[in-house]
Amino acid sequence: MTDAVPVGERRQLAPPVLETGALGWMRKSLFSSWGNGITTVVLAAAVLWLLSWFLNWAVFTAVWTGESGQACLGHGACWALIHEKYRLIFFGTFPYAQQWRPLFAVITMIAMLILSSDRRMWNSRLILIWGIGSFVTFLLMFGQIHIPLSLMLFVALAAGGLGMILRNAAVAQPVEINGWRALAAIGAAGLALRIAGVLPAWSLAIAPFSYVETGLWGGLPVTLVLATYGLAFAFPYGVLLALGRRSNLPLIKGLCVGFIELIRGVPLISLLIMASVMLPLFLPSGTTIDKFLRAQVAIILFAGAYIAEIIRGGLQSLPKGQFEAADAMGFNYVQKTLFIILPQALRVVIPPLINTFIGFFKGTSLVLIIGIFDFLNTANQALVDPLWAGFPGEVYLFAAFVYFCFCFSMSRYSKYLEVELNKGTRR
Amino acid sequence: MVNKFMAAGIVAATVVGAAGAAHAGKDLDAVKARGALLCGVGTGTAGFFLADSQGKWTGLDVDICRAVSAAIFGEADKVKYVPVTAQQRFTALQSGEVDLLSNNTTWTLTRDTALGFDFTGVTYYDGQGFMVNKKLGVKSAKELNGATICVAPGTTTELNLADYFRSNKMTFKPVVIEKVDEVRAAFFSGRCDVYTTDASGLYATRAANAPKPDDYVILPEIISKEPLGPVVRHGDNQFGDIVRWAQFAMIEAEENGINQKNVDEMLKSENPVIKRILGVTPGMGKALGVDEKWVYNIVKQVGNYGESFDRNVGMGSPLKIARGLNELWTKGGLQYAIPIR
Repeated sequence: MTDAVPVGERRQLAPPVLETGALGWMRKSLFSSWGNGITTVVLAAAVLWLLSWFLNWAVFTAVWTGESGQACLGHGACWALIHEKYRLIFFGTFPYAQQWRPLFAVITMIAMLILSSDRRMWNSRLILIWGIGSFVTFLLMFGQIHIPLSLMLFVALAAGGLGMILRNAAVAQPVEINGWRALAAIGAAGLALRIAGVLPAWSLAIAPFSYVETGLWGGLPVTLVLATYGLAFAFPYGVLLALGRRSNLPLIKGLCVGFIELIRGVPLISLLIMASVMLPLFLPSGTTIDKFLRAQVAIILFAGAYIAEIIRGGLQSLPKGQFEAADAMGFNYVQKTLFIILPQALRVVIPPLINTFIGFFKGTSLVLIIGIFDFLNTANQALVDPLWAGFPGEVYLFAAFVYFCFCFSMSRYSKYLEVELNKGTRR
Repeated sequence: MVNKFMAAGIVAATVVGAAGAAHAGKDLDAVKARGALLCGVGTGTAGFFLADSQGKWTGLDVDICRAVSAAIFGEADKVKYVPVTAQQRFTALQSGEVDLLSNNTTWTLTRDTALGFDFTGVTYYDGQGFMVNKKLGVKSAKELNGATICVAPGTTTELNLADYFRSNKMTFKPVVIEKVDEVRAAFFSGRCDVYTTDASGLYATRAANAPKPDDYVILPEIISKEPLGPVVRHGDNQFGDIVRWAQFAMIEAEENGINQKNVDEMLKSENPVIKRILGVTPGMGKALGVDEKWVYNIVKQVGNYGESFDRNVGMGSPLKIARGLNELWTKGGLQYAIPIR
């Protein structure tokens, strides 16, 4: 600044080399004082030492194939164990020759999740994606799906009725012939005929593969199914609970508050134990409900309570004016909730919902205490084999890596969504 | 929505009620109608029940399930394995989620009576034992006076240890560590001279966790009784009989020298005992309510007791458990089959 240069002709001197680029950054951040310099050197040495030790163990002296754990003694990491057991870890006790089925089921589910994470799909296409995806997944896992006629009619009645109620409330045109009404009418008429005995007990059988019951499922598909469908079913149920909790009707409000606080007040483990140990004792002897289904329902109930609280947070974040404006427009409760409140509230809570999903994805491993083989539990199975015992580190590292891949991609997605959804509010 | 849930509940309740009435009490009928035996096994203990690399269940307890299946259906593979944990296993049996529990369950009076179960036999005589490093040169537990002993704090293990030392007028220094992995690590790192737990656990630990398994010996003394066996619920004695005799058949076959390899030749044997066992002289199968070839099917497809023991936990397996108490009565053990006649 000491040079007297005329305005407009100021010479732009490059800053000293030591102030810019990698060197400058290092000098500023790592070696700004003697103390910092020494810390940097010591820590760098420690990191390098640990890294070289780890690489030596995990790569250079590792054993990649072998007949048994004996081959690994005296060497580094025993990846031969993973090589031997990876199918057990991924697919559990699913019949060995048929294990391509859970493989494709997992791929289908991941594809379904990836597709539904795209914002362009957030409309009626979502129903299509989940309908087809779920059907393929369960067809692959079970091998055969039998849909009884009465169930189809019942679903038609329920779906038609629900659609009718929502549509009536939304358009406020009480006398209108539409698809929902037709669906409900077909369902009701069919059920009546079925009960009267006019229609035979028929069921639609889709059976391309051999039947595999849930008791044989294991590994990654179990973890994915429990977490995905746990949250998928818990979501609408949580929305209802959250709305119920803010209701003006004391009975509904009381029930919802009671349920949410009861479920949130107990650990998931106790719910699972209730479902697997207590519930069968209440049923008449000789009758059982599928263990997997019981665990799934317990997870749905549990997740529902948590999701309800997240959504309540979203509802509370809306300014009062939104509610009042909707009322002023003459909207009824359903219209107000469906078109004004929920779209705004849900947008706010999507990132915390994904956070919950990450939690539940890992939390499902608690089902191991009721003897269901989720991914972590099949990894434990691999450890027990006496031929391969003694290498827990490798197995858990492998399991951790798989969990990390799923959870990290979900967390990155949640970060992306946060930016994406807040575009409107940012300058 | 509420209506939907209620309706679903009513439908479910109706279905459940109908199914309950259809096969109340008759476990064997239910097994036959289902075409498969529901066998409750644990979630993984080396040698006893374990899903192998291909996801197939193997082990000494699993072989009992297979033997029962072979007796009922003529095929050992008509078993559906239901993994149950120690907490839920009795409920699973009471509620009918499993027909048979073959899960290393210790036979005790209360379980046999108040819980409403029947133990059909003892497939493995377990008991608390001691493991020491060979270097110590100890040959008997009686020489352990003053030893430092690693033990997991539990109900009976610790008490048995104290009782044993007191009754033998010896002293010991307990090293009590909560977690099993840490107890093992403490023992193998030399923090204590002796490690004590159930003998089957000692063998499994030695095979799986010892840096050099050959450096450690398991002492011959067993200081507690843990008779492990299959369990059925009260109410269907015929099914209980089949489970009991499926195991006796395996022991009887070993005693008479019938094994997987020679069972076909043995069909031609002139020995009246073997003829009766293998159903060449009919009568036994009819009495039990199964096919006359039931023992043949068990031995052919599963093996006799000795073969099963050897393959799963004995010298033919990594566990290398000595027969000990589980040797035949004719060779100084406790496995004594009631005659098939």
